[in-house]
Amino acid sequence: MSAQDIRGKSAIVGMATAGIGEAPGFSAMELLGQAAVAAVADAGLRMQDIDGVFAATSAHAFPTMSVVEHLGLRPRYFDSTNVGGSSFELHLLQATLALEAGLCDAALVCYGSNQRTAGGRLVSMSEPQWHETPYNPRHPITAYGLAASRHMHAYGTTREQLADVALAARGWANLNPDAFARGPLTKDEILSSRMISDPLTKADCCLVTDGAAACVLTRADRAKDLHAKPVYFLGAGAANYHRSIVAMPDLATTAAADSGPRALEMAGITRKDLDLVMLYDAFTINTILFLEDLGFCAKGEGGAFVEDGRIAPGGELAVNTNGGGLSCVHPGMYGLFLIAEAVAQIRGGTGERQIENCDLALCHGNGGTLSSQCTAILGSEATL
Amino acid sequence: MTHTNAIKAGPQATYEHYLEQGKFMIQRAKSTGEYVFFPRAITPTGATDFEWVQAAGTGTVYAITVNRGRSGSTNVALIELDEGVRMMSTLPDVETAPIGARVIARIEEAEGGNRVVFDMLEGEAA
Repeated sequence: MSAQDIRGKSAIVGMATAGIGEAPGFSAMELLGQAAVAAVADAGLRMQDIDGVFAATSAHAFPTMSVVEHLGLRPRYFDSTNVGGSSFELHLLQATLALEAGLCDAALVCYGSNQRTAGGRLVSMSEPQWHETPYNPRHPITAYGLAASRHMHAYGTTREQLADVALAARGWANLNPDAFARGPLTKDEILSSRMISDPLTKADCCLVTDGAAACVLTRADRAKDLHAKPVYFLGAGAANYHRSIVAMPDLATTAAADSGPRALEMAGITRKDLDLVMLYDAFTINTILFLEDLGFCAKGEGGAFVEDGRIAPGGELAVNTNGGGLSCVHPGMYGLFLIAEAVAQIRGGTGERQIENCDLALCHGNGGTLSSQCTAILGSEATL
Repeated sequence: MTHTNAIKAGPQATYEHYLEQGKFMIQRAKSTGEYVFFPRAITPTGATDFEWVQAAGTGTVYAITVNRGRSGSTNVALIELDEGVRMMSTLPDVETAPIGARVIARIEEAEGGNRVVFDMLEGEAA
């Protein structure tokens, strides 16, 4: 069996989000539960049909145990792989392997967080790195500030170009009624926003919101019986070289340069075939790094690439059409919301922001401090 | 200066022990000559025959950010030591520094123990 053999072998037949933005009065697990119940209903299944559970959160040491208990499940297969915000792109791959091996028949991938109403700060279970602690880094932003400084030094990337990323995200959010940060935003406002970790300002940072998401996967052969428009798993790839930003080989190049080609090869497509590109934009520099490392432009040209609204509504490349972590939702681990938007676009009917004939989407998850990089490719029935 | 098996402890504890004695020591694999930092058990090529050697102390600013806060600002830098390895540190006496700037280490007493910080090396261009 080769990696290509699992192309198209599973499909997302149920997808839901819950509590995007602010959800006062609900715990992280309650929000996750809402999303899970809605996703299972969307798949036309009963909760008791779920026999595979894949979960990661920032609030639970043993996420699948908590999910199983909360939802009353008795799964045969479960996996709490936690590679930060990229966990869920990897869960799609692991769920597909488990389904294909017959280890489970209906896989639930889920996440939930109430970090905004619980305190308004990014909640992290991330342990301090002993060799960093004496210097008081404020991760994650310190790490991303360091990476941005290096990218600017190596390639002449400017704060104006970072602002273009935030501007494009807001443009898309303004077309998405579910996005948390909507309304007019100018480049001047972004550039004059409070500096937090040079060269990144508050406007270069993702939101701190509540939110939960869940999806249900089955083997492709029964997908059509469960949902009118299954969204097929076509490929995934992962790469990881470091944990601490200190150990990142080149701060201006991420492991997406390896995860992307692996995912595209499994899917048997080229990036020109893609209708939608969902990139984990925890900070504005991420979008530029991932556009380069995934090959949408040459290394070092990401800054110029995002100028003049190229990734904004009406631009050449549809990137982060929900408004991204910057303007739509970011509850701490955003990876499953990339998948939610890809599923919504491929199914169609997202309203003003809908891409015409959206058949192929790339979801790129990022975990840690530019550490774990996981890319997944999803497609409509037409791409099988 | 070379110390092998000077202390029966793991790499982190050994590094911190030297630091408390005012010494900035890093590991080098005898067989391959590779340096590593932070201290650990194996080099990227698989060597484990480490000895502890005094770091030259000179290096270059590889990346730098300034954490801005209400109670003041401090820079956090990644310094590439001349031995070829990278470490997180800070330049306490300047607000920030250009990437590529030459720097030299000193040991500073800090809350929680000694730490290695860096000063600008005057008169040395990047």
